[in-house]
Amino acid sequence: MPFSSSPLDLSILTVLFWFFIGLTALAGSRFPRFPLYLLFLPGGLGGLFIAFSGLSGLNSHVETLILPLGLPGLPFHLRQDALTSGFLLMLGVVSFGISLFSAGYFKNDHDHSSPGFLIFCYHLFLGSMAMVLLSGDGYLFLLSWEAMAMASYFLVITDHQEPQVRQAGFLYLLLAHIGTLALFLTFGILSAKGTADFSGYAFDRMQGQPHSSLALAGAFFLAFIGFGAKAGIFPLHVWLPEAHPVAPSPISALLSGMMLKIALYGMVRIWFDLIGVTRLSWHWGAIVLIVGMLTALFGILFALTQNNLKRLLAYSSIDNIGIIIMGLGLSILFFGTGHPIPGVLGLIAALYHSLNHALFKGILFLGAGSILHATGEKNLNRMGGLIRSMPQTALLFLVAVLSISAIPPLNGFVSEWLTFQTALSVPLLQTGGERSLVALSAAVLALVSALTAMCFVKVYGIGFLGVPRSHTLPERHEATFFERAGMMWLAAGCLILGLFPATAVGKIETITRSLTGMDLGEVAHGAGWLWLVPQSARRASYSPFVFLVVIVGATVFTYLAIRLLFNPRIRRAPSWNCGYPVRTARMQDTADSFSQPIRHFFSPAYRMKRHLPTPTDEHPVFMVEIDDHSWFWFYQPVRKSVEVLSSLVGKLQTGRISVYLTYSFLTLLFLLFLVKSP
Amino acid sequence: MMASNLSTPLPSLLPRSLGELFQTVLILFLAPLFLGWINTWRSWLSNRKSAGILQPYRDLYKTLNKEAVVATGASPLFRVTPYIVFGSMGLAASLVPTVTTDLPFGPAADAIALVGVFSLARIFMALAAMDIGTPFGDMGARREMMIAFLAEPATMMVLFTASLISRSTSLSTIALTLGTRHFTLYPSLVFATTSFFLIILAENSRLPIDNPSTHLELTMIHEAMLLEYSGRYLALMEWSSAIKLLVYFSIIISFFLPWGMASIFSVADVPKAFVFMVIKLSILGPLLAILESTLAKLRLFRAPEFLAAAYLLAVIAFLSHFILEV
Repeated sequence: MPFSSSPLDLSILTVLFWFFIGLTALAGSRFPRFPLYLLFLPGGLGGLFIAFSGLSGLNSHVETLILPLGLPGLPFHLRQDALTSGFLLMLGVVSFGISLFSAGYFKNDHDHSSPGFLIFCYHLFLGSMAMVLLSGDGYLFLLSWEAMAMASYFLVITDHQEPQVRQAGFLYLLLAHIGTLALFLTFGILSAKGTADFSGYAFDRMQGQPHSSLALAGAFFLAFIGFGAKAGIFPLHVWLPEAHPVAPSPISALLSGMMLKIALYGMVRIWFDLIGVTRLSWHWGAIVLIVGMLTALFGILFALTQNNLKRLLAYSSIDNIGIIIMGLGLSILFFGTGHPIPGVLGLIAALYHSLNHALFKGILFLGAGSILHATGEKNLNRMGGLIRSMPQTALLFLVAVLSISAIPPLNGFVSEWLTFQTALSVPLLQTGGERSLVALSAAVLALVSALTAMCFVKVYGIGFLGVPRSHTLPERHEATFFERAGMMWLAAGCLILGLFPATAVGKIETITRSLTGMDLGEVAHGAGWLWLVPQSARRASYSPFVFLVVIVGATVFTYLAIRLLFNPRIRRAPSWNCGYPVRTARMQDTADSFSQPIRHFFSPAYRMKRHLPTPTDEHPVFMVEIDDHSWFWFYQPVRKSVEVLSSLVGKLQTGRISVYLTYSFLTLLFLLFLVKSP
Repeated sequence: MMASNLSTPLPSLLPRSLGELFQTVLILFLAPLFLGWINTWRSWLSNRKSAGILQPYRDLYKTLNKEAVVATGASPLFRVTPYIVFGSMGLAASLVPTVTTDLPFGPAADAIALVGVFSLARIFMALAAMDIGTPFGDMGARREMMIAFLAEPATMMVLFTASLISRSTSLSTIALTLGTRHFTLYPSLVFATTSFFLIILAENSRLPIDNPSTHLELTMIHEAMLLEYSGRYLALMEWSSAIKLLVYFSIIISFFLPWGMASIFSVADVPKAFVFMVIKLSILGPLLAILESTLAKLRLFRAPEFLAAAYLLAVIAFLSHFILEV
C-alpha cells in the first residue's frame, strides 16, 4: 500500500483490496481444505488502512476524483472531505475489531454451508459501505447504497434454511427498498437544474442550488424517511429487531455498529451539506427532535422487556439511534434559530455518539456471539454465571455495559454529556414552544439513560452473574483468542474516547468546520487535552482523566487502608440468603421478572397478552407476550390497503389475449395523443 | 473558574487542593455522625431511648474488625464493589461544595457527572447483589433499579433547574451564584426543592420507600442488596450509604440554602462556614426524622408513582423557570 499517496487513493485501493479478498474467498471455497476464516485477517488489515486514510483526511481539504465508469454523461464522482473521512475512520476502526473477531468466530462455525460466499458478501459489504461514503454524486451513491443493501441482505439470511430467517430478511429488504425510493426522490429534488447532461447529480453542483422552500422541505423529509428506514427510526424500525437476531453475531455487530451509521451519514450529508446549514428551518429540527425522542423511548422500553439477548441489543440500537437523532434535531433547531455554537455542539454530540455506539454495541453483539458459541444459548432466561466460565469476555462485556449506560469516565457518558450541554443552551431560544420542547428533550434523555442503565444491569446480572439457570448448557468455555482480541480492540476504543474527549472533539470539529464553516470557538481550544470545555469554563467543564485518577486513587487508598488497619481475613462459607437453607437456580430472577416493574409501569406502551394460571391448574403456565403497537396501528392498515389496491389492479388481469391487446392499443393511442398534442 | 485554575501557579494550587481534601475528609468522617443524629431523633420521636449519636461509629468499628465471610462462588466483582462504591462516594463528597466553593478539582466533574458517579456506584452495587445468585439479592437489585430509573432523571432535572438560574452546570458556580444573589423566592426552586426532598427519601432508602431499620424480607430494597456482605465489606457499604445521605443533604444546602459558604479557602472564612454547615445540617436532620416518623411505608408498587411525582415536579420546575422567571 502506498502510504505516501493521498487519502482518497488509499481509500479506493482499500475498497479494491476488500473486493479482491472477497473474490479470493469465492475461489477458495472450491478447495475444502483451505482455511477460509483466515481471510478475515487481511480484511481487518484493510480496515486499518481505511482508518489511516480517514484519520489523515480529517482536515478542511476536499479531494475529488472522476472515474470514467458508469453511465454515459454521468461518470463516477469520488469525493473525500472531512465528513467522509470521519466515517471512514469509524468504519476502519470498527471493522478491524469485527474482522479480528470473525477470524476466531467462523473458525469453529460449521453450520454455514458456504463460508466462501459469506466472506465474499462480508467484504463486499465493507467495500460498499466505504463506497457510499466516498461517492460524490447521487448516482454512485444510490448504486453503492443498493450494493450495501444486497450484500447485507445475503449476510442476514446466512442461515436461510430456517423460515423465520428468510422472513426477517424479506422484511429488511422491503423496508430497505422503500427507503431507497425516498432517496431517489430526494436526489431528484436536489439535483441541479438547467444542465444538458446528468452532471447536476454531482454533490458539488447540488450544494447551494436555489430551490423553493417547499422543495427543500420535501428533500429534507424524504431523506429523513429514506435514511431513517435504514437507521431504524420509529415507526420504520420494525426490521431491526427481526434481522439483527437472526444474522451471525459479527454481522449483527457490523449492521448495528456501522450500517446504521452510514444511514446517519446520509442524513448529515443531505441536511448539513447539500441543503446547507443556512437553509435549515427550526421547524424541521423540532420534528426531527420529536421523532428522536419517540425513537429513543420506544427502543429502550422494548429493549427492557426482551429476553433474547440479540433482540434486546437490536432494540437498544433503536434507542441509541434515537439519541443521535435527538442530537441532530437539537443541532438543526439551534442553527435554524440563529445560534451556531449550540448547533455545532449538537452536531458534535451526534457524531460522537455515533462513533461511541459503533464501539460499544460492537462489543455487546460480539460478546453475544461468544456466549452463543460457548453455551449455545440466545435466551437470557437460561443463562447465568458466565463470569466464572468466561471471565475475560465478562470483563470486556462489562466495559461495554458501563459505556452504554453512560457511566463516567467511559465514552458513552461523554456524548450524552455533550447532548445535555446542547439542550441546556435552551435559554438562548426566544419562543416558549422551542424552549419547552428542548427542555422536554433533556428530561426524556435523562429518563432514557436511566432506563438504559437498568436494561444493561439486567443483561449483565442475568447473563453473567448468579448461577446457571439451565443445566443443559453444553461445554461452557472462554472465547477464542481472536474473538477476545477483537473485543479488546473495541474496548480500548471505548476507553480512549472516554478519557480523551477534548482531543476527539477537536478532530470532530474539523468535520463541523468543513460542513458549516463553524466550530466551538477559542474557549474550547484553549483548555488543552485534559479539559473538555464546550462553551466556556464558567458554564461547564469535564475532565474524565482527573475523574479516573481520583476515583481509582480513592478506591486503591481505601483498599490499602482497610487491609492495613483492620481485619484482613476472609472466610468462605455458603451464602447466607436470610437463613433459608434451600437454594436453587430457579429462585433467581429471570430476564422477564427483572423487567416486570417496567412492564407494569409503562403498560400502555406495550401490546401485552398475558396468561396467569388459576390455583387449580394441574400444569400451571405463566405466559406473557409483548407486541409492538406500530404493527397494528401502522403496518396492518398499510398492508390491508395494499391488498385492496392489488386486488383492484388484479381485475385488469383477465388472462385473455384479446384484452391485453386492447390495453396495448389504448396505451399506444394515449402516447400518440401525448406526442401530438402540443 | 477553570481557566484560572490552569493558569494559577502551583504554590497557590496546593493549599486550595488541601482545602478540597479537607472538605472531603470532613464529609467522610462526619457522615456517620449525621446518621447518628437522625437516628437519635427517630428514637426520641418514637418515645425510645436513643443509642447515642456516636452509635454508627461503634457499629462501623465493630464490623471493620470482624473477619469477612464471603459466599462460595462469589466472583471478584463481589469483593471489588465495596471499594468502588466507597471510592465513588468519596469522589462525590469532594465534588459538592459544602464548606467552601473554592474547589480546584471541581471543574473535572459537573452536576451531570455527579449523577454519573451515583449511577456508577448503584450499578456496581446492583451487579454485586446479583453475583451470588440468591433470590434476595436479585430482588434488591431489581427494586433498586426500579427506584433509580425515575429517581435519577428527577435528580438530573432538579440539578438542571438550578443550573439554568446560574447558567452553568458547574456545582461550585451554581452554589456561588445562588449564594450571592439577592434573595427572591424562585417558583422553580420551590418545585425543585420539593422534588429533591422526595428524591432524597427514595435514593437513600428512607421511609416511605424503604425502611433502613428493618430486614423484612418482602419489603426491603437497600438491605436486600447488602445481605451477603459482612465484615469490612459490610462496613464500607454502610459507611458509603451514610456518606451518600450526607452528600444529598449537602446538595440541598449548596443549592437551596447556600448562605455562609466560604468562597475562598482561607483560615478566616472556613471556620465560619463550618459552623454554618453544622447548624444547617442539625436542623435538616430532625426534619427528615420527623418526616420519616409520620409516614407509613408505601406498598412497593406505589413507589414508582411516588417517584413519578418527584420526576414530574422536577420537570415542572424546569419548565416553570422559562414560563415564570425569564
